[in-house]
Amino acid sequence: MTVQPVSMIADHQKSISLKGAEKHFGPPGGGVQALTPTTLDIVGGDMTVLLGPSGCGKTTMLRMIAGLEPPTAGTIEVGGANLWANGARDVNALKQLGMVFQEANLFPWLTIEENIALPLKLRGVNKAQRQRKSRELCELVGISGFEKRYPKELSGGMRQRAAIARALSYDPMILLMDEPFGALDAITRDTMNAELQRIWMETRKTVVLVTHSITEAVFLASRIILLSPRPGRVQEIIDVPFERPRDSSIHGLPEFQSIVAHLRTQLEH
Amino acid sequence: MSVKDNSVTMEGPTLFPPWIGSVLILIVFLGSWDGYVRLFDVSMLVLPPPSAVVVQWLKFLVDGNVWYHTGVTTLETGLGFLFASILGVGLGMLLGKMPRLERMLNPFVIATQVVPKVALVPLFIVWFGFGITSKVVIATILAFFPILLNTVLGVKSVERGHSEVMASINASPMQRLTQLDFPSSLPYILTGMEVGVVLSIIGAVVGEYLGGSVGLGNLAVREMNTYNTTALFAVIVHLSVLGFLFYAFVVGVRKYLIPWHGSSN
Ligand SMILES: Nc1ncnc2c1ncn2[C@@H]1O[C@H](COP(=O)(O)OP(=O)(O)OP(=O)(O)O)[C@@H](O)[C@H]1O
Ligand SMILES: [Mg+2]
Repeated sequence: MTVQPVSMIADHQKSISLKGAEKHFGPPGGGVQALTPTTLDIVGGDMTVLLGPSGCGKTTMLRMIAGLEPPTAGTIEVGGANLWANGARDVNALKQLGMVFQEANLFPWLTIEENIALPLKLRGVNKAQRQRKSRELCELVGISGFEKRYPKELSGGMRQRAAIARALSYDPMILLMDEPFGALDAITRDTMNAELQRIWMETRKTVVLVTHSITEAVFLASRIILLSPRPGRVQEIIDVPFERPRDSSIHGLPEFQSIVAHLRTQLEH
Repeated sequence: MSVKDNSVTMEGPTLFPPWIGSVLILIVFLGSWDGYVRLFDVSMLVLPPPSAVVVQWLKFLVDGNVWYHTGVTTLETGLGFLFASILGVGLGMLLGKMPRLERMLNPFVIATQVVPKVALVPLFIVWFGFGITSKVVIATILAFFPILLNTVLGVKSVERGHSEVMASINASPMQRLTQLDFPSSLPYILTGMEVGVVLSIIGAVVGEYLGGSVGLGNLAVREMNTYNTTALFAVIVHLSVLGFLFYAFVVGVRKYLIPWHGSSN
């Protein structure tokens, strides 16, 4: 495990690069080109949002970065190390990645505390330390007092917070999130966005978040990577300049609205 | 008097708890049995009245002899069930993790499934003798298949999202097995064990019918040979209680092991 806090780690060590990375499903010639060869850099310590319509390859790109799916061609580097050297996953690079899925995917037979500390358990961390870390993280994501409960006793939003805590438990430098708030109502979603921003500011991890929601993207992102479908490719990269911490009042700023309007016209193409 | 809200169960308002209904049904059943026997003066050889059966059963219990046979049958059933659980869960986990092997073995599993295994009992007695070994083997084989099949089903039913979590935190194959596949399959495994434990008793008792001189199955056959129908009924009651205890044990294990699962409510 890293001894240094992630916020002290140089940005280039927590950056991600795609070099001609592509993903094709099905037989060559037929099948689906989920992502055409893509070269881009995701800045370390930054909050990057992947935005685009359904089927444009957002999940595919994130899953390749997370080490869940090998690229058909090209390379993916995490902190300068090739994640998929020789078709096998680079374990050291993988240890720096935390993934939050669209569903919380908590194990129903474990308490919240045990769920959060599961990655630590697999790494051989002792029970006392696991408990301490779980309690800290529950505090951080705002579900203190629910450590001993089972997932079914929590609301959807609280479960998603626990899933985020689990991904944070081993303090990865990079946090990947696939529509983590997609299943939540609009109000909870706004709260979670604000919380995520706070966590990001406290930890300075590299965050890559996938969303369908234009306003969520503009609210959260330092940089938006806009993807377009059939075949999946990067259409545009947009920097979002607002100061942090941002609060919901930025929704009213003319610049916010103009970025939203721009993205909307781009998406309608 | 308060009437509970039953809008979600499609039942009308409840006037009494369900167990009172069960007791009533039992009383009506035993009552008509008793009435039938007395009214038509049925021979004790054909159908003894329930009161006589109960009296005979209580005599058995104080007599002491029945406890030896109970011990033998319990041992055979327990050992058979234990071996079936170890083999069934172990092999089931393996097959569940190796879909190619599972598909390869599937025809044979189905073939052994459709063989009426009770018909093999004489064969096992020839092979393993008249002692308890043959009964343990039979009890094992009968309980093995439901446990195996349910375990395989359980491993194959592990949620994809859960597997991906394990992949994303770089779990080793062994960690996946112990931290995900096994706990996730437990509800299925226990369902297999519930079916299996009942079959274990059947296996042990049928084995005792056919070979050897001990066990409750053998006791039943002896009572049959002397036309002591009342005693035969008493042995059946005794066996039912034993079966119920075994079953209750597995259900208890379920509640203890998987309180998180809906089936434990
Ligand atoms: N395992 C797979 N096998 C075959 N095709 C796939 C697979 N996964 C994704 N695809 C295809 O790749 C394309 C991109 O899918 P992807 O899931 O990355 O889209 P997405 O941008 O995440 O969409 P959404 O917003 O709906 O989640 C789609 O056309 C999809 O059908
Ligand atoms: Mg997706």
